[in-house]
Amino acid sequence: MIARLTVAERQSALLILIVMSFLGLAMAVAGRGTPFGLHGFLVIAASIGVGIPLLRKFYAPEPNPAQFEQYYDDPTKVGIVLAMLWAIAGMFVGVWVAALLAWPDLTIDAAWASFGRLRPIHTSGVIFGFGGNALIATSFHVLQRTSRARLPDQLSPWFVLLGYNLFCIVAATGYMMGVTQSKEYAEPEWYADIWLVIVWVVYFLIYIRTLARRKEPHIYVANWYYMAFILVVAILHIVNNLAVPVSFGGFKSYSAFSGVQDAMTQWWYGHNAVAFFLTAGFLGMLYYYLPKRAGRPIFSYRLSIISFWGITFMYMWAGSHHLHYTALPQWVQTLGMTFSIVLLVPSWASAGNALATLNGAWHKVRDDATLRFMMVAAVFYGISTFEGSFMAIRAVNSLSHYTDWTVGHVHAGALGWVAMITFGSIYALVPWMWKRETMYSARLIEVHFWLALVGTVVYVFAMWNSGIIQGLMWRTYTDSGTLAYSFIDSLVAMHPYYIARAFGGLLFLLGAIVGTYNVLMTIRVAKRERAQSDGGTDVPSYGRDPVLQAGE
Amino acid sequence: MHDMVVAFSKSWGLFYLIALAVGVVIYAYWPANRAGFTRAKNSILDKDDRPWS
Amino acid sequence: MSEFHRKIERNTIRFVLAIIFVASIGGIVEIAPLFTIKNTVEAAPDMRVYTPLELAGRNIYMREGCYACHSQMIRTLRDEVERYGPYSLAVESQYDHPMLWGSKRTGPDIARLGEKYSDAWHVAHLYNPRDVVPESVMPAYRWLLRNELKIDDLPGHLRAMRDVGVPYTDAMIENAAKDAFGQATPESDAAAGVTERYGAATHMRAFDGNAGRLTEMDALVAYLQILGKLTDAAQKTEQTKIGE
Ligand code: HEC
Ligand code: HEM
Ligand code: HEM
Repeated sequence: MIARLTVAERQSALLILIVMSFLGLAMAVAGRGTPFGLHGFLVIAASIGVGIPLLRKFYAPEPNPAQFEQYYDDPTKVGIVLAMLWAIAGMFVGVWVAALLAWPDLTIDAAWASFGRLRPIHTSGVIFGFGGNALIATSFHVLQRTSRARLPDQLSPWFVLLGYNLFCIVAATGYMMGVTQSKEYAEPEWYADIWLVIVWVVYFLIYIRTLARRKEPHIYVANWYYMAFILVVAILHIVNNLAVPVSFGGFKSYSAFSGVQDAMTQWWYGHNAVAFFLTAGFLGMLYYYLPKRAGRPIFSYRLSIISFWGITFMYMWAGSHHLHYTALPQWVQTLGMTFSIVLLVPSWASAGNALATLNGAWHKVRDDATLRFMMVAAVFYGISTFEGSFMAIRAVNSLSHYTDWTVGHVHAGALGWVAMITFGSIYALVPWMWKRETMYSARLIEVHFWLALVGTVVYVFAMWNSGIIQGLMWRTYTDSGTLAYSFIDSLVAMHPYYIARAFGGLLFLLGAIVGTYNVLMTIRVAKRERAQSDGGTDVPSYGRDPVLQAGE
Repeated sequence: MHDMVVAFSKSWGLFYLIALAVGVVIYAYWPANRAGFTRAKNSILDKDDRPWS
Repeated sequence: MSEFHRKIERNTIRFVLAIIFVASIGGIVEIAPLFTIKNTVEAAPDMRVYTPLELAGRNIYMREGCYACHSQMIRTLRDEVERYGPYSLAVESQYDHPMLWGSKRTGPDIARLGEKYSDAWHVAHLYNPRDVVPESVMPAYRWLLRNELKIDDLPGHLRAMRDVGVPYTDAMIENAAKDAFGQATPESDAAAGVTERYGAATHMRAFDGNAGRLTEMDALVAYLQILGKLTDAAQKTEQTKIGE
């Protein structure tokens, strides 16, 4: 892969790595003996880790110019594998924290292994590690195919992919050492945040530069969603993380916001992290890989445009539904609730559009587990957005807030929607990238599908039950007008559900392991085959169904 | 000052919502755009093995 | 050909601007008014800032992720007020950078925890919750008693807090390390300055039960014991919003 970089690109890469090593060294010296210093060493180690293979191929001849007539997919390939590895890591920690809530002593007497430090490793690991890598990998792929243009250069995509993973590793190791801002989904401290801004700007520029080179005048709708994901996440990230570091030689900083302003900023961020990280980007995947896999165009392009602007506009108002009945002024709560309910319209328009695309191809859904992953994802997208709009109603939220119901909603979206659409897209993409007809094993995709589906259903039902029971117990009164249950009573009632959730999560994790094995084996087999013949073309193997959709 | 900002926020949110919705629907249903959309949605199914030159 | 390119580029930029514009409105409209306000945050003249020891404890609370299981925001609902105490006011977290309202109650709300239990109860509970509450699923935090508290960088912390708007005085910043030590070591010379700077009501004692050593447990318990006690605005305000 490195030999495919031009000589100039290799030189620039080396320069970047040298600069990073010096930055790492400065951090290590300034923060001697503290987590900040350790992160300095981590940066040095990462730079060397990338630098060694680079140097070994540094003097390889210039690559064959013919490659510039092709799409550039190396970063996508690496991104896919990284996404699968993060899936296993993040979900393993998810199962661990789930087990800790059922059996709290299932850990060691070490600070890093306690629930409060592991939980953000889970959330960041799955959202940013797994989801983020999948988004970056697929976005490069979709961007090139729909623009009919190659990425503008070969270095910046690597910078984005590897720089992003450095961010993820700094974040996860930071939590273990107690480095956290405590803002949900924005836990990494100021230096990691600044690094992510740099990576993100380069990511945005890749998008803009490739679009500027596009041969296809119309920008396909999937790119709209990826663009919104990149742009809005940048805005959210910068604003919510504004903070004053205690010193430039230490990790700790103090948020610029406090109290009620901070709460509103944080949940404006938090909710739109859901909207633009966990929804918009993945809708980009949906709008590309589902029609492609089904061999049918999206049911209604108009509907997809309308839902795009609906989602982009309305989500940004909805954050205050995380703060019902709190010290936030009530008019902000009402506004948040109203927009959350209207938000159901564009959300269901997207889910319906996806399902209508499959209408007439149900036989394919039946036979092809990859397409079934995508279909189930669209269904869970519909379910979780309906549930979300419902929970945003103040009266409902008075019951659901603070309980496991929220966790159930989160995982209906996270497992059912985010993870399923990702697995479906990856199964569609892997044979394509490694130029094979199919995945290594269709049977294993089938196994993964059922593990994932059963795991999700068990998880979500367990949490719905426990959440509603919990909420009801907290507000039940006896006949004499006193509270009927102590907090501990409600805690004891949760125990069986916590066991069930850990079991459901374990199934889901096993599915992810099976999937990773399948991906790695596909790569291996493809390499062996390639050694025998000399590569094919880029055509995905799924049959093209030329029948056009009625109703448009 | 504060009252003004709040009043603006409370009322204009919904106004924006409606204005945007109308604008987007007009764009989506503008007859001249129809052919472009149909082409766009079918375009991803074309053979796309290499960049166009 | 170059005309074609220019047009396409213009489209991309226009598209980017449209997304930014459309997406920004919601946040601006909802967040901006919260900053122009005087009456989002009630007046509370008696509100005091965290002592350096309490601030260190708060940082440990964040570091250990206690906020993942405990909320500090009692909502305006009858059952919450009866279970936990007067509902939370915005002013009570006005010096909280960031706020720790929380979003999940695996454990109970602790916005009004201060003085509910003895220091010894907290130390035993944090050492192993199941010694005190057998059904608990809270983690054991044994290392808090083992770890010495780091205090030499506290002046920097107070200075950063002042930069973001918390009214720490120069004297508070200068003496931050000494005050942290003094608050948990009431017999020492360092103690007098603490009450002078932070008020006579400041809790002055060896929170972890051992005056000889300043541990992370001292700091965390000092913080837990001040929760809900920085001002009594909530007790004084009539709780009119319940159940609306
Ligand atoms: C896994 C979730 C979890 C984490 C993390 C957690 N707790 Fe708890 N906490 C609980 C549960 C459950 C209870 C109720 C049972 C009990 O009293 O132990 C509780 C109870 C408490 C109580 C008693 C509250 C009362 O009013 O009775 C305090 C104080 C407390 N926790 C402090 C902390 C602190 C400080 C931390 C961080 C160092 C922390 N907790 C971390 C779950 C958690
Ligand atoms: C193997 C599968 C998984 C298991 C067992 C699991 C388990 C858990 C557990 C136990 C919690 C803590 C809940 C609590 O504090 O009460 C949690 C929180 C969370 N998980 Fe997962 N999880 C899994 C997969 C995922 C995936 C794939 C995603 C995202 C793509 C995800 C996103 C989240 C989020 C966002 C939270 C925080 C929820 C909140 O704060 O309300 N999880 N998970
Ligand atoms: C129309 C769409 C949606 C609406 C209106 C909505 C609404 C809500 C509401 C009301 C809450 C509870 C807030 C609280 O009481 O604390 C919530 C929490 C959450 N939702 Fe959604 N939701 C939607 C879609 C989704 C989707 C698709 C996901 C994808 C994974 C998702 C992920 C989350 C997460 C992670 C939380 C937990 C936040 C936290 O407390 O840590 N939501 N949502």
